[in-house]
Amino acid sequence: MDTTLTTDQVLTLEAFADTIIPGEKRGPEDRAIAGAATGGGAVASGAIELMLSPEGGLADTLDDLADGLNEHARDYAARVGLTPEPAVTPFVALAFADRIALARELLSPGHPEQELWVALAMFSAMAWDTGAHMHTTEALAAGHPGLTAMGFMPPDPDGAWRFPRFSYGRPLAAIHPRTTPRGDPE
Amino acid sequence: MTAFRQTDVVVVGSGFGGAIPAYHLAAGGASVTVLERGPWLAADEFEHDFKFGSSSTRVFEFTMGEGMNVLGGNCVGGGSVVYFAAMPRAPRFVFERQGSLGRRMWPTAVTRETLDPWYDRVAQALPITCSSWDDVTYSGGVFAAACDHAGRTANPVAAAIDTDLCTNCNWMMSGCKFDAKRSLLLNYLPAAVGHGARILPLHEVQRIERTTGGDFRVHYTVVDPVDYRVQVAAGVIEAKVVVVAAGAAATPVILQRSEEQLGAMPAAVGRYFSGNGERLNTAVLNEDRVREVLGLDRGDGLAYAANQIGRGPSAASWDRLDGSLPEFSRYSLEQLYFPPGFGTILAQAPDAVGPTWFGPDKKEILRRWQSWLTIFIMSEDDNEGVFGPPPLTGNADRISMQMLSRGNLRYEPTANTRHGWALADADIRDILERDGLARVMPWTNDVIGAYTVHPLASCRMGDDPATSALNDMNELREHPGIFVTDGSAVPGALTVNPAFTIAALAERAVPGIVRAARARGVDVRYLGSLPPAARAGRPVVVPSV
Repeated sequence: MDTTLTTDQVLTLEAFADTIIPGEKRGPEDRAIAGAATGGGAVASGAIELMLSPEGGLADTLDDLADGLNEHARDYAARVGLTPEPAVTPFVALAFADRIALARELLSPGHPEQELWVALAMFSAMAWDTGAHMHTTEALAAGHPGLTAMGFMPPDPDGAWRFPRFSYGRPLAAIHPRTTPRGDPE
Repeated sequence: MTAFRQTDVVVVGSGFGGAIPAYHLAAGGASVTVLERGPWLAADEFEHDFKFGSSSTRVFEFTMGEGMNVLGGNCVGGGSVVYFAAMPRAPRFVFERQGSLGRRMWPTAVTRETLDPWYDRVAQALPITCSSWDDVTYSGGVFAAACDHAGRTANPVAAAIDTDLCTNCNWMMSGCKFDAKRSLLLNYLPAAVGHGARILPLHEVQRIERTTGGDFRVHYTVVDPVDYRVQVAAGVIEAKVVVVAAGAAATPVILQRSEEQLGAMPAAVGRYFSGNGERLNTAVLNEDRVREVLGLDRGDGLAYAANQIGRGPSAASWDRLDGSLPEFSRYSLEQLYFPPGFGTILAQAPDAVGPTWFGPDKKEILRRWQSWLTIFIMSEDDNEGVFGPPPLTGNADRISMQMLSRGNLRYEPTANTRHGWALADADIRDILERDGLARVMPWTNDVIGAYTVHPLASCRMGDDPATSALNDMNELREHPGIFVTDGSAVPGALTVNPAFTIAALAERAVPGIVRAARARGVDVRYLGSLPPAARAGRPVVVPSV
């Protein structure tokens, strides 16, 4: 884990990632993951690792993004009349429905910071559906939550994918009448 | 350190627009240097891997703009390395399009009839084969069957793929490790190198200037092979002719940055950008209904559940490619595969009670990912894109080590474009939601705006100097000796995949480039030859930079 992020910042980013692709709690005391869905979500799939990956280009901004999320959460809580909970950061303190409501605001067209939050949301989603912080073969072998839930089929023993059966193998529609003999539109 | 070289012809970019002139000019006797900003990868370097830093991120570029995002190749071979190899010719009516000009936007000299001989040459060189139903994947098959059930037609899509070599792995966007996809790495480029052309990867052209003698100096930087944000060297190369083919998201930017030395650019440089009217819809199929309504069965107990299997588009609906219909209402619908990550983020959950593209409902449709069917719309947009002032270097500011950058393209779809999209969206819904086959939603534009994998027309050819940057032979107006031969030269959206048309136009431009080179004292002839079609592999050693 990158030491430039505080524990609170990590928990905040986890809570945001869990809002994008929710998952089940790691334990009864887990506050960052709201437990709004069954199976592993973005966090269990490696969202923080992907955000921190040097290749991604996001790592240097994560502390600001975490702090920004908490600022917006503090503002949101005040607007809707929630009582601040000092034990955890303002974003983590939000119930899942409120996290969703705030995320919708931040990710909507017209929000001045939309681009920042879209980037963070994309990394959260990509952690779940690609596991891009690790090799795909290794992710599948390790039971990566997202790829497994999507039913992503495994490779051949050499790590490459091949599907010898791929076609229904029969005509399934009439060809467009203005198709040339070469198979092009006229 | 600044290197300095001399050559007869500099070609900027090694995709279809660059590789084809590079081959012919080298074959005809010119010394040719190709400057390519991306890396040069061989088949065994194309990986089946989503990990950041694998070939998936090394070979293409996602350039975010304001309202438009461009996904394109960034490697030797350009778009041909990351494309899906669907190669239909543009229908006849496309060349008669007027767009919002109120008059024909293509040069008078270019029609389907006059372009067909050039299409034929490309088809022979790659080669491109006419597909049969045996080549249509499960995804294409289920789309075709749904079209048929809705009283429509559907066609297998002609492709530049050697199906004997193809494993239907669906990793085409990372480059083809089996050399089944007929990229330019297998034909024009090795043939060009065989005739002495030099290809310099990781060389990003920044600007062009003119010498006092009337030649050109092309300034480039050399980028780090892992972190493209890092520039490790710079250099200049002098040439008598320059062919700019950096892709429609980069060619106009290079020319804009060159204005200070070259003089004013035609007004159409960096204007009239088209995203080929592209848009995606995601259908989540009901497996039971696919079996019951369409009678489909894979033979292993499954009706479909094959989103992962295949090789990009294999079937398309051409019912709306009808020249008698009004402009902005014509489009093709093509089955497509996009890998997870790019292919999932903007998909919307059809029956979401909360947010549609993230949250619990999105996760639920992701669990059914193998039953997804992606439908690609290629329609007639309105050439709305405009490039702002160029960034300091390159065509965009790099955000990550590879793959991601922010550019200066602005695109706000007009009512004409939105009209075409709405018609196509409704058409897809009519075909795929019929009798409960699927639930369909278009990708959301609310998140990052529109997106295209086929950027076009940012430096277009035409007859009218006020609305075209190039004459009908691809020469840059007011700047003789500079030619543009990539997708930026195509005047507008094509309603089909454009690679074949870009390649045919590049073939057509070559005799004129040869004439210009000869007039500048280059000992070169137009031979009209083609690369050996059967040639495979890369007998070319990647040079050190």
